Amino acid sequence: MTIAPKAARKLTMKQRYSALTRDLDWEPSYVPAEELFPYTRFEGIKIHDWSKWEDPFRLTVDAYAKYQAEKDKRLYAVLDGFAQSQGHLSLTDASYLNAMKLFLQGVTPLEYQAHRNFAYLSRHLNGPGPRFASLCQSLDEMRHAQTEIHTLSNYNKYYSGFHDYLHMHDRVWYLSVPKSFFDDALSAGPFEFLIAIGFSFEYLLTNLLFVPFMSGASFNGDLPTMTFGFSAQSDESRHMTLGLEAIKFLLEQDEDNVPIVQHWIDKWFWRGYRVTALVAQMLDYMLPRKVMSWKEAFELYFEQQMLGGLFQDLAFYGIRPPRDVEKAIQEKDYISHQAYWILYQFSHAAAFTTSVPSDEHLDWLEEQYPDTFPTYRKLWDKERKNVENGGRHFVRGLPQLCQVCQIPMGFTEADDPFIQCQRETIFEGERYNFCSDGCKNIFDHEPVKFRQSWLPVHQIYQGNCGAADLPGVLQWYGMQPGDGGEYLGSVDHENWLAWHDMAETTGGN
Amino acid sequence: MTTTTPAARPVGVDIQESESNRAVIEAIEADNPEATVRHMPGMVRVQVPGKLVINRESVEERLGREWETHEFQLAIISYFGHIKEWDDDEIVIAWDH
Ligand SMILES: [Fe+2]
Ligand SMILES: [Fe+2]
Ligand SMILES: [Zn+2]
Repeated sequence: MTIAPKAARKLTMKQRYSALTRDLDWEPSYVPAEELFPYTRFEGIKIHDWSKWEDPFRLTVDAYAKYQAEKDKRLYAVLDGFAQSQGHLSLTDASYLNAMKLFLQGVTPLEYQAHRNFAYLSRHLNGPGPRFASLCQSLDEMRHAQTEIHTLSNYNKYYSGFHDYLHMHDRVWYLSVPKSFFDDALSAGPFEFLIAIGFSFEYLLTNLLFVPFMSGASFNGDLPTMTFGFSAQSDESRHMTLGLEAIKFLLEQDEDNVPIVQHWIDKWFWRGYRVTALVAQMLDYMLPRKVMSWKEAFELYFEQQMLGGLFQDLAFYGIRPPRDVEKAIQEKDYISHQAYWILYQFSHAAAFTTSVPSDEHLDWLEEQYPDTFPTYRKLWDKERKNVENGGRHFVRGLPQLCQVCQIPMGFTEADDPFIQCQRETIFEGERYNFCSDGCKNIFDHEPVKFRQSWLPVHQIYQGNCGAADLPGVLQWYGMQPGDGGEYLGSVDHENWLAWHDMAETTGGN
Repeated sequence: MTTTTPAARPVGVDIQESESNRAVIEAIEADNPEATVRHMPGMVRVQVPGKLVINRESVEERLGREWETHEFQLAIISYFGHIKEWDDDEIVIAWDH
């Protein structure tokens, strides 16, 4: 008698995930686990059972490869079409690309650094679940770096400021803001990195970083950037999940982890939030066609979703919202105006251009910020007169920088737009300056780390930046004529007018 | 900050606006009667109080072809809430506590 063979049964997602991810793990027998995973004990975090780590995506390597390949295929079809049809000519204005220059110089190199650190986690975390999720994220971040470079390289053929972005990332003053933020995370332990990048950056703040850039691209005719952005963001939902699972896992494993995690949330919220000052000014000032104000984006993506949603959930574990969150809420009314004003005055030393906002633009800002903008509008009215008299304002000296976030000290006290906010700490006889209580608190907790900050202004004065004069430093930065300064009359602006056959300067519309 | 129950706090997803994602958005609207939809450049945001469910069958009905839940990874831009379940038949986003 023969028994009919059973039809091959398809495994469910859950079974496939456990067979292909968890079941491939083994208990080490030749070496003790502490030797195999040497980096997961020195931060004071206690883990009792790594198998409790959840991965809701239940991704296996075959499904990962299949969907990532499909994402790339869709993206590269758009890139080809845009390049072949001279799509760059249908942007709203060449000045829009300032936002993309900032993105390529400031954000793309961080994708590569994220790739490196997640590769490290995919080797060094004890559990197979988080190791596999880290491996996928490591590959994703490499994909992000590559697709962003490919996408924006098309603009490099026609516009200034896109060349030498890696070289600039390591040297230029405003790029030390995102670079030092990520270097701080890379030089932390694996658990702090998970809370810093996986949770605070990917879950808390990623929407504020990416969605405004991508909606801005969509609104300003930049189809390739919108496509790479949404393609990258589709990976981001997995990264957000990794961050959220990480924090829940740490909090559930041991009560002693709670105060450590709370401190990291306090630190990394403020570190990440300070980097988003660059996004704030981009949204309010750099997009010729506006999407939403920084204030609205902050309310939607941070206050409603994170404070109103996530932190209520985390209260269950004894976690409270980040320490300096109230200050960030106050700043939503003015941070973008102050950040853009800083960049405007120093853009002769930057690889992007700036300009006085048009009347229409000023009206829009006043609508969005009825309480605070009238004060800043007076500043722009005055500056416009300077420009008319041939005296466009550039600061010739070098600014003082915050020791922690490295932003020039141009932010004010919340209740007075004319008083610069300045905090200081004396540590072992040296005085350190900070832009805010948030940055001071971070320094005071780790003074030995942050006394080593590579502050671009100090480095220039110490003679480490190629030369003691501005042209020499700009050359050392890798900048070329036309990269920075005023937009009106710049190389990009002149080319744009010529390509569109406009005989005379029409102003920043 | 006021505390609210997980049943009342909104959860949601941002989805790329495209022809095939329209079926996904319609399926979410049909299966989550309290859903609100907001259009933004290039994307659609769907928000629901408490819990958001995406059913494979509802999507397949509207799409007219087979659809595996993994495919949602091509559509999603971002979400808020916690992914409680992601299996062969459904994706559930809700808060835990
Ligand atoms: Fe990324
Ligand atoms: Fe990411
Ligand atoms: Zn600072």
